[in-house]
Amino acid sequence: MSLLTTRTGIVRSLLLTFTAAATLACGSGEGKPVMLTGAGATFPYPIYSKWFDAYYKSTGNQINYQSLGSGAGVKQFSEGTVDFGATDGPMNDAEIAAVQGKVIHLPTVLGADAVTWNLPTLGKTALKFDAATLADIFLGKITKWNDPRLVALNPGVALPAIDLLVVHRSDGSGTTFIWTDYLSTVSSEWSTKVGRGKSVNWPVGLGGKGNEGVTQQIKQVAGTIGYVEMIYAISNDLPVGEIKNKSGAFVAPTLESVSAAAAGVSLPEDTDFRVSIVDAAGAGAYPVSSFTWLLVNPDLADADKAKAIKKFLSWMTGPEAAAMASELHYAPLPVSVAERVNARIATLKGAGAVLP
Amino acid sequence: MGRFGASFITTSTWDPVAGQFGAWPAIVGTLLTSLLALSMAVPLSLGVAIYLPEFAPGPIRRPVATVIELLAAIPSVVYGLWGIFVLIPFLTTWVYPFLEARLGFLPFFTGPVYGPSVLSASIILTVMIVPFIMSVSREVLLAVPSGQREAALALGATRWEAVSTAIVPYAKSGIIGAVILGLGRALGETMAVTMLIGNRHEVAASLFAPGYTMAAVIANEFADAAGGPIHESALILMALLLFGVTVLVNAIARLMIWRVSLGRGNT
Repeated sequence: MSLLTTRTGIVRSLLLTFTAAATLACGSGEGKPVMLTGAGATFPYPIYSKWFDAYYKSTGNQINYQSLGSGAGVKQFSEGTVDFGATDGPMNDAEIAAVQGKVIHLPTVLGADAVTWNLPTLGKTALKFDAATLADIFLGKITKWNDPRLVALNPGVALPAIDLLVVHRSDGSGTTFIWTDYLSTVSSEWSTKVGRGKSVNWPVGLGGKGNEGVTQQIKQVAGTIGYVEMIYAISNDLPVGEIKNKSGAFVAPTLESVSAAAAGVSLPEDTDFRVSIVDAAGAGAYPVSSFTWLLVNPDLADADKAKAIKKFLSWMTGPEAAAMASELHYAPLPVSVAERVNARIATLKGAGAVLP
Repeated sequence: MGRFGASFITTSTWDPVAGQFGAWPAIVGTLLTSLLALSMAVPLSLGVAIYLPEFAPGPIRRPVATVIELLAAIPSVVYGLWGIFVLIPFLTTWVYPFLEARLGFLPFFTGPVYGPSVLSASIILTVMIVPFIMSVSREVLLAVPSGQREAALALGATRWEAVSTAIVPYAKSGIIGAVILGLGRALGETMAVTMLIGNRHEVAASLFAPGYTMAAVIANEFADAAGGPIHESALILMALLLFGVTVLVNAIARLMIWRVSLGRGNT
């Protein structure tokens, strides 16, 4: 019996391989499936693995992605040990110079940070914050929950007179990069004292490891406040704050408001997509949002691999991939940005020649 | 390494964005948590190690020892999670307020109680190293020839006198070896400590305040060394320092064993 099932299994998988190969042969005129490797950011890993799986099922090309962290993604891409990298913070000019400029940043989805806190007396009442208040909280200048500025922002909410304790990430992370990028953009004091980075010298607070570490510390101590990845906050049903954006509206982090932040971005004609979308203009834009990028070599020596990557990227900017992203609570690229990304993908080369 | 110089060890600012790295808080944190853990673990594990073979009723000796030894097999990330979900809530509701009320006049037990702190990390380390120290010293005590024990008893010693004058001195160097094994584990422990110490580059007088250890810094920041090559070099230098500290501590401990065995003559 078990022998029979095994045999059926083998036959079925052979059939599958055959069909996959046949589809591929019809689709691209090529026979052999390609193996691609990538490494980098952990934040988009769930959606990347779903995309790579769907891509594998439809083309037979396998993409092996290791979610090691953005730093490792940039490093491995620069060293050429992977076919593509992924990062939450764009490569800086020195890093790009180190690879002789042979890198294209392609935005894939959007991420955002949510402010969350623990005030047992208020339960899940949504609180409002603005840029200056958040900067002062994380600079350690606001130390009580009933600070006049917080009270003024939240009329009608009985903020308790307890100590305000900051919790931040202890491990280097893209989430911290987005958060400090936002604070640096809106507060000159933060920008000079602390700056932006995946790990920074925090003026106050204690560090939790990972989104779950921060959340645990917030849950256990009353009066804590911290930032976590938006998807994490939503899926764990944490209270999230509305943040006042550039146009003066208080916006909660949602897929729509994050996409809106990207829709307002103006990309120059020759953009390399290394743009920050924190503190974006636009009425519905959530201010603590960011792209996450794939790092791709514009001219891979291996034409087959280049072709496979290009095929994946073109599919990734399409509606089917965007729907998958929304399903997993990743804000997809707004159409205007996706079109620009597509135009850039069209220029990718393989072994020196422009790909079909 | 030349870039950092001695200030790497002596300064306390850790700012990857500005490229400033000072490892002092992490060095202090590593030594402090390990020594605190050791000071709690040694009496506890020696107590168990002596009680079990000498005083405990026969049927419970084996099971209790086995259960304690099982603790050594638990992965440290599980200890960390247990620490977050069980130990810290327990400590912050019962133990820390008590310490603050009774011993608050000491600088070690003051300031706001966050939960994750140097003391919490030391307590989890204690739980982790007790099985090591306990099981090795128990084996050593069991290896003491029964003639030693019988001779003491024959001279009219009580059981406790036999233990304290004849058996423990005989096993002394083995017990110190067990303690060093525990210390080595405590110095290098990463995951559980990272999860419970609060991860703050700061030396505070209070044990309730968050701190950092060298192993925890490396684990936290290496994967995403965002400050570029300098940040990475700083972390690798930190690893070298950790190695140096471990060697130093072990050397001191070896010296202690050597002096103990010297003082006892050539037995």
